[in-house]
Amino acid sequence: MPQYILNRLGQSAVVLVLVSLIGFIVLNLAPGGPMSQFALNPGMSQAELDRIAEQMGLKRPLMVQYFEWFTRLFIGDWGHSFRDGRPVLSVIAGHLPATLLLMGTATVLSVIVGTWVGVLGAVRRYSVFDTLATVGAMVALSIPTFWFGLVAIFLFSLHLGWLPAGNMYTIGDRSLGDYATHLILPVAVLALVNVAIWSRYMRSATLDVIDQDFVRTARAKGLPYRRVLTHHVIRNALLPMITLAGLQIPTILGGALVTETVFTWPGMGRLFLDSLGYSDYPVIMGILMFSAILVLLGNLLADLLVGVADPRVRLG
Amino acid sequence: MSTVATYPSFSGRLAWFSNPTLARFMRHKLAVLGVVMITLLVLACVFGPYLLHYTDLSIDIRNRFSPPLTGNHYLGTDALGRDTAARLLNAGRISLTVGFFAMLISTLIGTLIGVVAGYYRGWIGAALMRFVDAFLSFPSVFLVLVLAAFIKPSPTMITLIIAVTSWMEISRIVEAEIRSLRERDFTLAARMVGASHRWIMFRELVPNAIGPIIVAATLTIANAILLEAYISFLGYGIQPPLPSWGNMLNAAQQYLGNAPWLAIIPGLAITLAVTSFNFIGDGLRDALDGRSDLK
Repeated sequence: MPQYILNRLGQSAVVLVLVSLIGFIVLNLAPGGPMSQFALNPGMSQAELDRIAEQMGLKRPLMVQYFEWFTRLFIGDWGHSFRDGRPVLSVIAGHLPATLLLMGTATVLSVIVGTWVGVLGAVRRYSVFDTLATVGAMVALSIPTFWFGLVAIFLFSLHLGWLPAGNMYTIGDRSLGDYATHLILPVAVLALVNVAIWSRYMRSATLDVIDQDFVRTARAKGLPYRRVLTHHVIRNALLPMITLAGLQIPTILGGALVTETVFTWPGMGRLFLDSLGYSDYPVIMGILMFSAILVLLGNLLADLLVGVADPRVRLG
Repeated sequence: MSTVATYPSFSGRLAWFSNPTLARFMRHKLAVLGVVMITLLVLACVFGPYLLHYTDLSIDIRNRFSPPLTGNHYLGTDALGRDTAARLLNAGRISLTVGFFAMLISTLIGTLIGVVAGYYRGWIGAALMRFVDAFLSFPSVFLVLVLAAFIKPSPTMITLIIAVTSWMEISRIVEAEIRSLRERDFTLAARMVGASHRWIMFRELVPNAIGPIIVAATLTIANAILLEAYISFLGYGIQPPLPSWGNMLNAAQQYLGNAPWLAIIPGLAITLAVTSFNFIGDGLRDALDGRSDLK
């Protein structure tokens, strides 16, 4: 096990270096690169631009620049926003809670609903419910999230007037209920795709378990079917889902970005788009790196958790 | 079951109507529906614009915001009085073309990397797969948006951007497939008769992995169409006046209250196309996997 953890950590470290390389290349690919913040300033002469580039260390070889940038990432110096000069990490930290609230709520909801739909579909295989759930999941995976958001806004805010069309709270009213009503639409939209994915995998995981001997044994002992389902089938079917949850992080993060843009949710997705609009490269890079690290950590955690949760899995 | 040929047939010796792969595919009703829908959609986009009363750029200024089914505007008009039906079909040409070519390119990249990584294993394979992992660590939407914001958008560039951010799944699938295929006897036989590495990889291994590649490619089209729609919706993709399903939605967003059809119609077109490709992919998965007969 320690050997495995070390291996896995080493792999993640290699991937992280590659991620940072891709990030650095993308940043330098940008028109004007890090100097683009001054490009639109007419008061700057070429000599001044050269001097700043010299000061910022942009005249050195790219390899040297990369190593400096990379080591700075570790000491928490992710650069400063072109827009307001604030450190990138604190800008991201300011937008992180909103995204985590959205992602967290949607994930919990989709795990609960997805597990339920998946197990029920597997238990009543080929029933009307199962067929509907299968087709429904396929369609849900095909609906563009942002369009679904637009339709939801049209129906529930503009047409029926039940729910707010966007934002996280009403100005002047930041009660819990206010947050909750603002959460409903974005969470529902974000959860739709994830319920679809989760229920599909849960269905096949349940089917893998449901015909095994220990389930038959439990039934033969005379345990009620419900108890066999909850204590024997679902428990075992959920094990491979831990890995899936880790692998789903990029999808959920990407989905959150899409959802946030439609519902003007003040999270990282919104920040990302605003930064794109302002060509605020340090923040863009920061978010790219931050999400990649989040994904790597999530995958690593999921892999280790499987080993803890399932003693049969011998890591190594 | 034992009387049926167990090989997913790429032998080409069977007549098409008795081909078990085709038979399995035809049994998958939703997949057949998907093929029919895509065929209709492509035909409509190719020939439809010639049958309409308006082109996608002609402006009917007195009939702005007409709802569907007014006069000759079958699907209504937008803020400039342009015919929604004409724009929808022309947008379909763009969106479907971008999706198709993005799939083609990313399948090529993904297969190439997957084959090399799976065949050579060792440090080359490990390095390539870590490279794949690194790309997979970015949510693809983020990466696509960054590239699209940097690079001057044209349909060709958008296609390339989508392609270079969606090849990873395919290379993972191919790598796993090649890794098991390279241990089989026919690979050994090929090596024994002195076939070169390149011959073994592309003439022996890839043709045997074509099933999973086709399935993944179909699902890649679906995703590419969604990605194009999203970045065009945000204004970083296909630029107006060139219509795409995504940028039609961008324009429609601000008139959501009084002209909802402008938002609903292109979204339905996207959903229809993507659902169809997903159904086809699902059907192909069942059809190309010979074992599915046993279930």
